[in-house]
Amino acid sequence: MAEKRPAPRVGLFVTCLVDLFRPTVGFAAVKLLEDAGCTVEVPSAQTCCGQPAFNSGDRKTAQELARNTIAAFEGFDYVVVPSGSCGGQIKKHYPELLAEDPAWAARAQHLSARTYELVSFLADVLGVTDTGARYDGTITYHDSCSGLRELGVKEQPRRLLASVEGLTLNELPGAEVCCGFGGTFCVKYPDVSNRMVEAKTADIKGTQADTLLAGDMGCLLNMAGKLKREGSAIRVRHVAEVLAGVTDTPPIGEKG
Amino acid sequence: MEPTTHAFPENARKALSDERLQKVLAIAPAGFVNRRKQAADRLPEFEALRDQGRDLKNHVLANLDTYLEAFESKVTEQGGHVHWCRTDQEARDAILGICRAANAKTVTKGKSMVSEEIGINDYLEANGLTPIETDLGEYIIQLRHEPPSHIIAPAFHLSKKDVEGTFRQAHTDLPPDRVLDDPKVLIAEARTVLRRKFQQADVGITGANLMIAETGSTVIVTNEGNGDLTQILPRVHVVIASIEKIVPTLEDAALVLRLLARSATGQEASAYTTFSTGPRRPGDLDGPEEFHVVLLDNGRSALLGTEFQEVLRCIRCGACMNHCPVYGAVGGHAYGWVYPGPIGSVIQPALLGVKEAGHLPNASTFCGRCEAVCPMRIPLPKMMRHWREKEFEEGLQPAAMRKGLGLWAWFARRPALYHAATRMAIRALGALGRGKGRFAALPLAQGWTKHRDMPAPEGKTFQQMWAEQKGKR
Ligand code: SF4
Repeated sequence: MAEKRPAPRVGLFVTCLVDLFRPTVGFAAVKLLEDAGCTVEVPSAQTCCGQPAFNSGDRKTAQELARNTIAAFEGFDYVVVPSGSCGGQIKKHYPELLAEDPAWAARAQHLSARTYELVSFLADVLGVTDTGARYDGTITYHDSCSGLRELGVKEQPRRLLASVEGLTLNELPGAEVCCGFGGTFCVKYPDVSNRMVEAKTADIKGTQADTLLAGDMGCLLNMAGKLKREGSAIRVRHVAEVLAGVTDTPPIGEKG
Repeated sequence: MEPTTHAFPENARKALSDERLQKVLAIAPAGFVNRRKQAADRLPEFEALRDQGRDLKNHVLANLDTYLEAFESKVTEQGGHVHWCRTDQEARDAILGICRAANAKTVTKGKSMVSEEIGINDYLEANGLTPIETDLGEYIIQLRHEPPSHIIAPAFHLSKKDVEGTFRQAHTDLPPDRVLDDPKVLIAEARTVLRRKFQQADVGITGANLMIAETGSTVIVTNEGNGDLTQILPRVHVVIASIEKIVPTLEDAALVLRLLARSATGQEASAYTTFSTGPRRPGDLDGPEEFHVVLLDNGRSALLGTEFQEVLRCIRCGACMNHCPVYGAVGGHAYGWVYPGPIGSVIQPALLGVKEAGHLPNASTFCGRCEAVCPMRIPLPKMMRHWREKEFEEGLQPAAMRKGLGLWAWFARRPALYHAATRMAIRALGALGRGKGRFAALPLAQGWTKHRDMPAPEGKTFQQMWAEQKGKR
């Protein structure tokens, strides 16, 4: 960033799963953004982006929640989301959801244009190349579907992870294949979902990594839950935790 | 074929516990995926071709009637016949009528998904004719009395060993001690058996990958050449095709063929691409005496002008299922009818109704890999979501799911209440899970904890901690 430009004002969209299950990710995101020179605010009027309703066919509720989010995040330079899935919902699906609503279509577009997934925001928009973190371990990285295919998050996390001291990345074969989470999919079709996550954990173990990272809490809860059920000692964390060097919280699914 | 699509969860469970099938699924799709990728990477303009393919088909769908009528008049001009069929029953009757008029006993068939859709084999058999599949995969599953499990590889679910067993059972006139351990030997044996049938056939039925309006031609692609023998040797050639397969010109056909071969098998072109234009003309060395095109609608035109129109761009390449993790887990038969995979999850509800096929668009994680590879850029996840919307409107989703999401949404619309309620819930859940950091079982979450643990929350919500910190900042 140029020296004298005013700090970008960033609204953090926390996401339900980070808010409820893993506040650590929220604080890691705040730290990464502040270290990169942003002013971060967390509007308390935010709740859920509405994706569960949207993907369950409840368009009306999805629209209402979209309006709520849009209103909560007006006025920020950027809106940053530590999730490709919720980020994709805001960036890709809000404009489509509200396209026929004259009062909201433009506001949806405006929010969409300012919204970014956390890691790609750091790398692509802020030009961060090194987060100054240290992590002693061998990690492997799973590309979450929405981040990858809706938002093009692929090499940004790898680029930033490469700057983390002490960290080795062992690439995950089939890193782009879905882990089987899929929101309500995993409880509606538990057996199919299980087959998918089983294949994923087998690949993860095959990398010999001691840590699994990804950018989406849904996938992380799914993969961590399966690894723990299988008795694996592999640690599971959100990529933001490692990039921010915020790793004093126990890994996902482990006791403090 | 009676659909069992409504029983998708049970079908899926069966498939998941079928070790033989799981072995096949563990390796087979990867071959398709790699070959497609290599083919796409080798062609710098591949992505641009996909745009052109999408635009071409959009244009066709906007002018479908014009091109179909132009096609019909070309076919007629050249001495062929076009039979317009609104329903599967009309198509079956049209084909039976043609066979009867030709006094046919034996009918050879090339691979055609539309013929599966209308269930022509059973119908002809019930009416005293003998249909014989000539595509190797189709021939194998016909011997086994099974439906296809993949739209371009009907015997996708079978291993070499399965095929060997089937041939030993069916070809009883061949020496039982023959060696059949090589795919080449299996193919040669099928060829020998089929060769005799080709010569007996009175009518040959093929599908069509394309119909060309400017020439009145139909086009099929195969890798075995069986399609050629099916349509050239018998006296009568019947093409069964659905209406959306039409393109305006030969050049357009070339565009689709380039996309099709690469997306389907990773080939630059299929081994055989066969154009059929009318019956044999005076002076032709071979060809059928009669040429019929049975044009099937079967609910497709009803999709025009709806949110599902784009699915009619499909060229049935199979790439979406090759890349689908759900298809990769359960295989094609679990989808319960003719069209499996993501394309099936979009068109089966259209052809069978949401009541019968409602599971399919729900049984997706929306991972988006299908859309990422679809040569015609069909937004398959979006269309599945539209089906979910239809189900939601009709109240067809499970009550527990609806209520749960409804309650969630009720709170989510009220931020202050939402934060208070989640704070309390998370404190309770966090306290419960603190000992181990995860739950092996949780009430109301059996779907989750049946197969995996539920990581415990940290105990406070981020919003709560942020508010607490703000005082200190
Ligand atoms: S939907 Fe697309 S990928 Fe699937 S079969 Fe049709 S054209 Fe191929």
